[in-house]
Amino acid sequence: MIQSEVKRAARDRATLLLGLFQSGGAMPVETGLLQPAETLLDLYGEDIRGRAFVTSDPLRGEMMLRPDFTVPVVQMHMAGGADPARYTYAGEVFRKQEADPARPIEYLQVGLELFGGTDPAAADAEVFAAMAEVLAPLPLRAATGDIGILVAAVQGLDTTEVRKAALLRHIWRPRRFRQLLDRFGGRTPTPPGRAMLLSTKDPLADAGPLLGKRTEAEIAKRIERLRQDAETPPISEVQLALIDAILSLRETAPNVLVALRDMSADLPLLEPAVDRLAARLDALVAHGIAVDDLAFEASFGRTSMEYYDGFVFGFSFDGRPDLPPVATGGRYDALTRVLGQGRGIPAVGGVIRPEVLIAGETS
Amino acid sequence: MTLRLGVPSKGRLMEKTFEWFGTRGIALRRAGSEREYSGLVEGIDGVEMVLLSAGEIPRELSAGRIHLGVTGSDMVREKLANWDQQVREIAPMGFGGADLVIAVPQAWVDVETLDDLDAVAAQFRAGHGHRLRIATKYHRLVREFLREHGVADYALIDSQGATEGTVKNDSAEAVADITSTGETLRANFLKVLSDGLVHASQATLFKSRAADWNDATRGTLREIEARIGA
Repeated sequence: MIQSEVKRAARDRATLLLGLFQSGGAMPVETGLLQPAETLLDLYGEDIRGRAFVTSDPLRGEMMLRPDFTVPVVQMHMAGGADPARYTYAGEVFRKQEADPARPIEYLQVGLELFGGTDPAAADAEVFAAMAEVLAPLPLRAATGDIGILVAAVQGLDTTEVRKAALLRHIWRPRRFRQLLDRFGGRTPTPPGRAMLLSTKDPLADAGPLLGKRTEAEIAKRIERLRQDAETPPISEVQLALIDAILSLRETAPNVLVALRDMSADLPLLEPAVDRLAARLDALVAHGIAVDDLAFEASFGRTSMEYYDGFVFGFSFDGRPDLPPVATGGRYDALTRVLGQGRGIPAVGGVIRPEVLIAGETS
Repeated sequence: MTLRLGVPSKGRLMEKTFEWFGTRGIALRRAGSEREYSGLVEGIDGVEMVLLSAGEIPRELSAGRIHLGVTGSDMVREKLANWDQQVREIAPMGFGGADLVIAVPQAWVDVETLDDLDAVAAQFRAGHGHRLRIATKYHRLVREFLREHGVADYALIDSQGATEGTVKNDSAEAVADITSTGETLRANFLKVLSDGLVHASQATLFKSRAADWNDATRGTLREIEARIGA
């Protein structure tokens, strides 16, 4: 169970880090340990049930033990924060561990979040540099990525908006993303009943009673979409290969930049995202970060939490694969759009895990 | 010390289990009246039979209160996280077969596969303002299956019985339920997705990893394994 000394040391370290972020200009904030389940379920879907502890209140309904600070901090800011705003916080988060009993179910997080502003590259660099500074001089390895590159590549594909939207919806689910890409690229056969369905004049005629809330109009609309999709030519091999090339980019940031510049000759819509990466690297240099050997992986951050949609980063202890990353973060403008019902704000942030920090230091 | 064997306490599952052990030279019998949950074991020494509800057997195995237990392979996977680290499958028993499947209304002529279900879930959520609801009693199994296959924009609705009826009652759009022949699903105008098999379940003899395994109980286990050819 929780050992007092270990816990106290982690808490002391969290307070120290909070103080450092505070003296860097961030406003300390608090959030409830119990969060309304509905907001989190709406955002993350059923997956969050496997990862967060759910309880209930007679009046408020289902509540979750805070799985992260981001959502309540975004909500608080959107209810009337300054622009730009910098917040910092420290406290416990709770995660169910269905697979690995060695992973903790509660641990501390110290975070820094930046909202608003007009220069996203500068904001990205500021958060990264602030993390790097408070973590120095530990033997850490930083990894970075940019989900925005993949998003731009998808948007730049020479295919229908419906297909692009389907791909974008699954950016954070690599396996389904791959299946969709294979299907849209004509690499997988269509299901056996599909041709029959599309050639039938009135496919709903002998379908039996329509149960549930999905309407006949919705079914007809989807069939129409399938018809259109069947007539759409496959995404070209050249463009499929480009997506593969982007997904497998794993190099130093300057080398990735060069490679992406080459690729944008074939995929011009990639250009603005590549410009953003270049601007971010410049901003990092301005913050004193040595970008020449900064690792960049284009697939970094594509986990199941639908969260980051731009710059992503993580810091891990070198030679300690047994430890989770000590700090992670990134840009999540899209999440603020969902929480703000369409009204989004630029947002970038990161968290440090004091327990991991201490475990890495003492080894 | 005796080896404790957990057996389902009623119905076909109990009878089939008695029969299965009986043909392998281990006679299991209920002691006394129908209401009494104790049993007799003949044909082998050192085994005590414990009659339990099939749904409780995974938990008893996990806690190590029984050494061996007979229950559906679906029950173990649903009720135990990391089931294969807590119990070991000794023998599939060839009865109690049932498939946990994902089924949708037959009238959804545009839905054949999980890929279709995912596309429809996106469309449904955009049109109705809430996620496509799937009624089930098997939350862990279904959630892991759908996560593995990258299906999004659904919500699981708890249904402990008569799950097939939830779609007709407008409390769900689809179901994930156990079926052996598919008849109940068809009678409720539902159809199974072609790649919607979550788990093919059957009655299985499990060994608890947490139980007290000493020389005596290990010896008895070897004897049982020899009889059943495991």
